[in-house]
Amino acid sequence: MTSTLVDTSLRYRRRKLFSNIMVGAATAAALGMMAILALILGQVFLEGGRYLNLDFFTQRPQPLGQEGGGMANAIVGSLIVLAIAAVLALPVGFFTGIYLSEYASDRFAGFVRFVVETMAGVPSIVVGIFAYVLIVRQTGTFSAIAGGFALAVIMIPIFARAAEEALATVPFSLREGAMALGIPSWRIVLRIVVPTAGPGIVTAAMLALARAGGETAPLIMTALGNRFWHDGLMDPIATLPVQIWTYATGPYDEWHQQAWAGSLVLVGVTVGIIGFVRLVYRGTQFRQL
Amino acid sequence: MTQHDTSTATKEREVSGTSATEHPAVQASSPGQSHVAHVESTAPGSLRVDDLEAYYGSFRAVSPVSMAIEGRKVTAIIGPSGCGKSTFIRCLNRMHETARGAHIRGHIYLDGEDINGPKVDPVVIRRKIGMVFQKPNPFPTMSIYDNVAAGLKINGIKSKERSMDEIVEQALRQAALWDEVKDKLKQAGTALSGGQQQRLCIARALAVEPEVLLMDEPCSALDPIATLAIEDLIRQLAPQVTIVIVTHNMQQASRVSDRTAFFMMNAQRSGELVEYDTTAKVFTNPADKRTDDYVTGRFG
Ligand SMILES: Nc1ncnc2c1ncn2[C@@H]1O[C@H](COP(=O)(O)OP(=O)(O)O)[C@@H](O)[C@H]1O
Ligand SMILES: [Mg+2]
Repeated sequence: MTSTLVDTSLRYRRRKLFSNIMVGAATAAALGMMAILALILGQVFLEGGRYLNLDFFTQRPQPLGQEGGGMANAIVGSLIVLAIAAVLALPVGFFTGIYLSEYASDRFAGFVRFVVETMAGVPSIVVGIFAYVLIVRQTGTFSAIAGGFALAVIMIPIFARAAEEALATVPFSLREGAMALGIPSWRIVLRIVVPTAGPGIVTAAMLALARAGGETAPLIMTALGNRFWHDGLMDPIATLPVQIWTYATGPYDEWHQQAWAGSLVLVGVTVGIIGFVRLVYRGTQFRQL
Repeated sequence: MTQHDTSTATKEREVSGTSATEHPAVQASSPGQSHVAHVESTAPGSLRVDDLEAYYGSFRAVSPVSMAIEGRKVTAIIGPSGCGKSTFIRCLNRMHETARGAHIRGHIYLDGEDINGPKVDPVVIRRKIGMVFQKPNPFPTMSIYDNVAAGLKINGIKSKERSMDEIVEQALRQAALWDEVKDKLKQAGTALSGGQQQRLCIARALAVEPEVLLMDEPCSALDPIATLAIEDLIRQLAPQVTIVIVTHNMQQASRVSDRTAFFMMNAQRSGELVEYDTTAKVFTNPADKRTDDYVTGRFG
């Protein structure tokens, strides 16, 4: 007697084959992506590692033709511009995220979501032009403020949407439980929902910062760059991505070496942030289980 | 027509005679009198539901219901799934209106006052009429202590007579949880067992000292032992707080409640109050054939 549990029909075997092909293709695509990432990271670590040294973090660029020097001013500049961007973007993005997640039933919320999504899709060069016209032209100078503003415009939609997603993971039953205690809705959001989504919101902020920290084009048109230590927030300021871009596209070998070292620092910080966030997030999830 | 015994009916007439002068709102809606189940108690925390209909958009989930819920007693709501039990009790503390497109018709009075009155803030109603849900929902970022204190703390309510520690301890004692958690008040509420979490949610609701506690199938996610613990608790709480409990478990209704309301879906898939009487009467000698069929397990 033939087994009723084993299907030997042609149709079944075809389906099985198709299924195997699809799994194979998906695996190949995933492996391909990992290979590309490995190539990028490998080259950056190899080349960058060769030229990265302590001077890179402590010295500013040397005059042409002189060996050594570093990008200390660009690293500090990037931190300053990012801090300005964070101060501008995090509150706006936070409340936009809350609005989208908690009051999304309003008709106006649909419009807000559309605006946020459109903003996220605007190419960063356009954001740069916008900040140039709005701030650089008006103030008559490239500046850290203009750079921070441009990065803020890039960060807001990224942060708002990620914060919205983090808030949306908070089960409705918690809001309901709080409502049944006679807690007004805005207090429910701030005291129950936001703390519950806390790790997710922090993650969202870090990822938005990491994204903005690598932006180059809008900074070329706003912060410009500076071979020296900056002279205040209304002064052109060096940033790591712009410095890398300048040196990488320049004609000198020493510049290329510095650009590799800079790339390593930038990639290291970004990967570091993502890794750190993962670790923190994991920890809290375990604590909540 | 709902059933009543003559003694409570007489009492109801006396009460409505006095309350009509005190609360004009009650008088204004008196034409609906004939629908009202003829029980009304003078105990605090009593509710009167007057021709209440609940809608989701144009769908009427609950058809006109009138009933008086006795203060400081346990009232059970039973009926097949989907017949509008949850919708009904969510009207009682104005949680229903938080759903999309949801609205009601009719009136609900808490100790004679219309809870849907034009100047009444739903937030205030929910402080007086608390709710415990099907699935325990302690706040995951908070300790056991903070969960119990949440309603008062977040609302910035401070008692002059009692410290927060005392309030938390009393609420946990009332919820029969104190002995199990008194040494770990700083631990996360979510670390407790399901039954303990549900009692924590009851303690959380009691800490704001509500007049009424609504419970929507509070034991359906719990094991039998945890269920019995909650049933004991309900009996102990009744003298201090009015309890309205939805349950699909008929033994539970007969064990814990003083009065039972049986709901059923009508031809328009809308929930209707079929019978409302003392629990003993509903389970041993129901007036309606459909109630009899349901409590004897012939359908549902
Ligand atoms: N949020 C909602 N929106 C629309 N319809 C709903 C909603 N909640 C419940 N209903 C409908 O209302 C009716 C009553 O539901 P419910 O009160 O949950 O019944 P029960 O608690 O007795 O099982 C059902 O037909 C259900 O589909
Ligand atoms: Mg229900």
